[in-house]
Amino acid sequence: MNSALITSGLSAALDYTTPLLCACLAGLWSERAGIVDIALEGKLLVAAFAAAAAASASGNAFVGLAAGIVASLALAFAHGYAAIDRNGNQIVSGAALNMAASGLTALVGNAWYHHGGRTPPLAGAARFRGLHLPGSAALAHVPWIGPLYAQVISGHALPVYAALALVPVTAYVLKSTRFGLRLRAVGENPAAADNAGISVRAMRYAGVALCGLYCGLGGTYLSVAANAGFLRDMTAGTGFIALAALVFAKWRPWPALATCFVFGLLNAIADRLQGLVLPGIGKVPVQAVQALPYLATVILLSGFIGAAIAPRASGVPYIKARA
Amino acid sequence: MNPRQRALAEAVLVPLATIGFAFLVSGLVVLVIGENPLIVARLMIAGSLGSGARLGYTLFYTTDFIFAGLAVAVAYQAGLFNIGADGQAYVAGLGVTLMALALPGLSPWLLVPLCVCAGAAFGALWALIPAWLQARRGSHIVITTIMFNWLATDLMSYLLVNVLRPKGDMQPESAALPAHARMPAFSHAAQALGLDVTPTPLNGAFILALLSAFGVWLWLFRTRSGFGLRVAGVNRRAAAYAGISAGTMIIVAMLVSGALAGGMAVNEVMGSQGRLLIDFTSGFGFVGIAVALMGRGHPLGVALAGLLFGMLYQGGTELAFDVPAVTRDMILVIQGLVVYFAGALEGLFRARIRALLAGRYAGAAAT
Repeated sequence: MNSALITSGLSAALDYTTPLLCACLAGLWSERAGIVDIALEGKLLVAAFAAAAAASASGNAFVGLAAGIVASLALAFAHGYAAIDRNGNQIVSGAALNMAASGLTALVGNAWYHHGGRTPPLAGAARFRGLHLPGSAALAHVPWIGPLYAQVISGHALPVYAALALVPVTAYVLKSTRFGLRLRAVGENPAAADNAGISVRAMRYAGVALCGLYCGLGGTYLSVAANAGFLRDMTAGTGFIALAALVFAKWRPWPALATCFVFGLLNAIADRLQGLVLPGIGKVPVQAVQALPYLATVILLSGFIGAAIAPRASGVPYIKARA
Repeated sequence: MNPRQRALAEAVLVPLATIGFAFLVSGLVVLVIGENPLIVARLMIAGSLGSGARLGYTLFYTTDFIFAGLAVAVAYQAGLFNIGADGQAYVAGLGVTLMALALPGLSPWLLVPLCVCAGAAFGALWALIPAWLQARRGSHIVITTIMFNWLATDLMSYLLVNVLRPKGDMQPESAALPAHARMPAFSHAAQALGLDVTPTPLNGAFILALLSAFGVWLWLFRTRSGFGLRVAGVNRRAAAYAGISAGTMIIVAMLVSGALAGGMAVNEVMGSQGRLLIDFTSGFGFVGIAVALMGRGHPLGVALAGLLFGMLYQGGTELAFDVPAVTRDMILVIQGLVVYFAGALEGLFRARIRALLAGRYAGAAAT
C-alpha cells in the first residue's frame, strides 16, 4: 500500500467519524442522565434537513447550523416530554420519533423543493468548506508528520474540528464538574440524587437537551459539509452505529472517540475495498466490513468478552412519589 | 357502568383518542404544506375503499401489517420489545426463496406449505439469537434486534448481489420463483371462475394472516403456555414463583414472533413479487410497532389496526397521484405520531379517559 492511499483513507475515516462521534456523545449525555435514546438517527435526519433548507435559503452555513440544532432540539424535547414528564416508554418514543423524522423530512422536502425530498445544491458560503490549518504547507515536506498533518488532520470542515473538540469538553464536564456529577447521579440512582436535593427532572432535561445539541451538529455536518444538500434518509443508519459505538465505548467519552474512529475507519476501508483481493482470504465482501460494527456490538453485549454495563437507571422513569 | 364495561370502553376509547390526535397533528402538517387536510382525508378513503381493486390492495397491505403487528404483539405480551420484525421478515424471504428454488418440481400442494414453513423457520431463527442472548446472557433485546436488522440488511444484500442473482442479471434480485411456489391470488381465482375483476396482489396469505391472528389469540388467552407467557411478561418473579421459566418464555415468544414476521415474506415474495427483491420489506416491519401498540397487543386489535394501516398505505399511494405535494411519506408521519401518542404518551391518554369515564359514572350515580 502506498502512503497516499493511507493518508486519504485516514482523512476519509475522520470525515466518517464526525457524525458518528456527534451522535455517540449525544447518546452518552442522554443515557448517562438515565434516558435511553434510540432516536439519534431521527435527530440527525431532521437536523440535516433543517440545516440544508436554512443554508440554502440564507446562503449561510452558520444559519444552517443554527436551524439544524433547533430542529434536533425540538425532537429531543418531544422525547424528553414523553420520557421525563409522562413516564412513557423510552424505546417506543424513540422508535416513534425515528419514523416521524424519516417521514417528515421526505414529505416536507418533496413539497418544498419537488426533487424527491432533495434540497437545492449548496455552494459557496452556504456550505462548510475544508479549512487549511496554519502551517500545513510549511510542514508538508517533513517526513511522516508533514503528510499526516497536511493531508489527514488539516483540510476538514469546521464541524469536524468542533466534534473532535467535544470529546475533551464532554469528558471534562461529565467527570470533573458539579453538573456532570449530578447528571451521572441521576442516571445511576435518581432516588438518592433526589434525596440530596438534585432535581431529577431538570438534570434529565439537561441531558436530553445536550443530546439534541450534539445531534444538531452531526446532522448539519452531513448535509452542509460532507454533502452539498439533503438527500432522503441520508443518515443511512449512522444513528444506530452511534448507538452501537456507545455500547462499545461503555458510555465513556474517550473510548467513544476511539470506537467511532474505528467504525469510521471501517467505512473508509469498505469504500476502498471494492473489488480488492486480499492474499489468503480472497475477495472481501464490502458487506462483511459494513456489518462489523453491528456484529462486534452484539458480541460485546453477549458478555463473552468483557461486560457492557449501562447506567443503572437508564430507561427507567423516575417516579418521585405515588399520586 | 360496571368495571368490566368501563375497561371495555377504555380499551376502545384510548386507541381512538390516540389515532384521532395523530390525525389532527398530521392534518396540521398537511396545512403547513399548503393542502387541504379534509380533501386529503376524503381522497385517502376513496383511494383505499373506493373500488374492488383498491380494496384488494388495501387488504394486501393489511396482510403485511397483521403479520408484523402480531409479531410485535406476541413479544410485547412476553414483556419484550421486538424492534427486529423487519429484519426477521427479510431473512424469512431468503427461506421462502431457497425452498422454492430448491424444489421447483414439487406439487404446489406440497411446495406452498413447505415454503411458508421455511419462511417461518428462517424468521424464527433470526429472532432466536437475540432471544437467546437476552434469556441466557442478559443482553438488551432492543439493542440486539436493532443490530440484527442491520446485519440482515448486510447479509441479504451480499447474498442477493453475489449468490442469488442469476448470471447476466443486472438487478440484485433472485431468480423468479417457480409458478408452483406462488401463493394463489384472489383475483386469479375470481377470473378462473369467469368473473371480471381487476388483478390485485391480494393472495392466500391474507387468510393465513387471519388464521394466525385467531391462533395467537387462542394460544395467548386459552392455553396454559400462553398464560405463562403473559405472566412472565407482567412479572418475571411471580412467574418464577409459579414455576414458569422466564428465560424459556423469552425464547418461545421470540421464536413465535420471528415466525409471524415471516408471514410478510409469504405475502410479498410468494404472493406478490414472485422473486426475492432487495429491501422488499420496505420498513413494513416497523409498521408492526404502531399496529401492535394501537391494537394494545391483542390479536383482534392488531387485525383492526392492521386494516387501518392497510387503508393508510393504499390511500396514501393513491393520494400521491391526485395531490403530488403529499407523498406516501405522509403515512410514515402518521405512523410515527400513532406510536408516539399510543405508545409513549399512552399513560396521559389513558388517565384522561379514565377520569372522563369515572366522571360520567359518578354523574349517573348522583342523578
